Amino acid sequence: MKTTRRDFLKVAGVTALGMAAGAGPALAYSKGAYLPHTEHMDTGHDHLAAKRWGMVIDTRAFHGEADYAPLIEACHKEHNVPTIPGTQDVKWLWTGGFHATFPHNHQEFLAERAHHAAYPLLCNHCDNPPCVRVCPTQATFKREDGIVMMDMHRCIGCRFCMAGCPYGSRSFNFQDPRPFIAEENLAYPTRMKGVVEKCTFCTERLAEGKMPACVEASEGKIVFGDLGDPDSEIRHILAENFTLRRKPDLGTSPSVFYII
Amino acid sequence: MLEKALNGNKYYWWWISLLLVCIGVGAYNYALQFQHGLQLTNMSRDVSWGFYVAQLTYLVGVAASGVMLVLPYYLHDYKKFGNLVVFGEFMAIGAIIMCLLFVVVDLGQPQRLMNVVLHPTPNSVLFWDMIVLNGYMFLNIIVGWASLEAQKKGVPYAQWVKILAIVSVPFAFSIHTVTAFLYAGIPARHFWLTAIMAARFLASAFCAGPAIMLLLLFIVEKVAKFEIGDYAVKMLARIITYAMIFNVFFFGLELFTAFYSQIPGHMHSIVYLFAGLEDPTTGQHLGVMVPYFWAAAFMALLSLALLIPSATRNCKPVLIFALIILVAATWIDKGMGLVVAGFIPNMFEGVTEYMPSSTELFISLGIYAIGALVVTVLWKIAVTVKKAAA
Ligand code: SF4
Ligand code: SF4
Ligand code: SF4
Repeated sequence: MKTTRRDFLKVAGVTALGMAAGAGPALAYSKGAYLPHTEHMDTGHDHLAAKRWGMVIDTRAFHGEADYAPLIEACHKEHNVPTIPGTQDVKWLWTGGFHATFPHNHQEFLAERAHHAAYPLLCNHCDNPPCVRVCPTQATFKREDGIVMMDMHRCIGCRFCMAGCPYGSRSFNFQDPRPFIAEENLAYPTRMKGVVEKCTFCTERLAEGKMPACVEASEGKIVFGDLGDPDSEIRHILAENFTLRRKPDLGTSPSVFYII
Repeated sequence: MLEKALNGNKYYWWWISLLLVCIGVGAYNYALQFQHGLQLTNMSRDVSWGFYVAQLTYLVGVAASGVMLVLPYYLHDYKKFGNLVVFGEFMAIGAIIMCLLFVVVDLGQPQRLMNVVLHPTPNSVLFWDMIVLNGYMFLNIIVGWASLEAQKKGVPYAQWVKILAIVSVPFAFSIHTVTAFLYAGIPARHFWLTAIMAARFLASAFCAGPAIMLLLLFIVEKVAKFEIGDYAVKMLARIITYAMIFNVFFFGLELFTAFYSQIPGHMHSIVYLFAGLEDPTTGQHLGVMVPYFWAAAFMALLSLALLIPSATRNCKPVLIFALIILVAATWIDKGMGLVVAGFIPNMFEGVTEYMPSSTELFISLGIYAIGALVVTVLWKIAVTVKKAAA
């Protein structure tokens, strides 16, 4: 209650200030006031910095579902992602077939290998993310470095972002997830019922100068880097390989690329 | 004037008691849902909105329909509706209260509801939906109450009442348009991603809303010996007929666009509704909505067949039957099919089906009872005042 009131006063104060100053800068950097839906969060102290974080997955180097298991385990363990049976489950990183991963992109006569392979699915940290656009509370927002983040303490659980995400990247806590966490990682928070969650590109690890957990576990088969830097390793890999992105026609501009 | 609601016969009190029992059932189920979370619903990772949001969608239309009386009466001075306008306004109040309640019961963290106000987010359609819904509700409360007061005193309504009533007209259109935008602006949900969504919403609202109202007015006519006026009934029936023609026509446009273009994404949801879809991973054929949707299509066409010829439309028992099946058809279409089919197939071309759970149904029953209670009390007051004034 106390914090909400403080937030409210801040909003009121800043709004008044903004109006008095006749404009934006005061508004643009206060957390409570309205901000346009892109690039409004300072990444602050992050050890690893980038203009726009992105990921390239070399799917040729993975041979079937089992190869992804250690990555999924690393992610889900690190972030206390529960394992809930049924259709109300929570997923940050999982796999799907070619059709599930690239719907409406049904290459006829695709190579058998590509057709039967498993592909990892996660949040794409879209450059133009619809989930951010639809969120009524700014609980979902995009940081300056392109990472699409969530404030679990602000989320009201309206699930608009789930309807809005074209990639099914979000999960809702239909129930208290804590009983479904096999082994709790005390260094990372658990969630409560009634909020949405998803992959965060491991911002907590970037802050410590580490690569995302799945990237580390992939032993080089996934490259993570700065899409905004033309000289970065990831840009060189993208220039040299043909890659697919999921549902590129929607204009969301995913930051996750798949080498097929 | 509220005291007028405390005066009623045996049947009135039986009805009120029944509603209170339903509200109790709903409240108990909501307490359970609050405690255990939305796991008690049948919603899932794939179908993340369900019965609650669908009811919101339907009732927004019912609320907006009040404008079909307000507009002719205040703007075109169509005095034949004079006796009815306040009923439309009061029904809108009940409908919007239900809408807001359906939003609240759908939230995972309802105690944080005020975050929508504390962190206003103009890029979210939900923010605007909240604004127009509340605005329309307050306008209706003020206008309805003030004009009834005037009638009680036997004086014409004040000029500002008329101005507010006219202001409420764009609000009525906007509550439905903005609610349609909740869907129509979402990439990758092909079933919703259609420019005609808002127009479809308005057309179905302007037939279903007045149809519900006319049916309720027939009941009031019976139990309270209150004259609606033959001419007003005929006019309303005509409005309903035209709106339903547009509603069916607009749906036909969707069918043409989807099936002539043959773009899979545009066809899938509609195929799911009318024939079911196969889940590619399990190979299972799924289609729980199919019988409902065929029934809706059949009832929609039959209602038109009965409403269009004036001979059948002017025959009261036929009219009542036609209105009932019209309401059923539009309710299946918007109060269920529209939301669910938007999520099917899911983002991975798989099929996860959805049917509301008993928790969802009981909570919804409670909310409908609250709406019915609000409308009963307000209409009771209106009837009493109008009879006294006559
Ligand atoms: S993949 Fe979905 S959740 Fe992730 S940024 Fe894009 S729209 Fe948002
Ligand atoms: S569920 Fe939470 S994060 Fe998603 S749109 Fe609603 S408030 Fe925003
Ligand atoms: S980037 Fe981090 S959070 Fe995202 S899938 Fe990989 S390990 Fe999980």
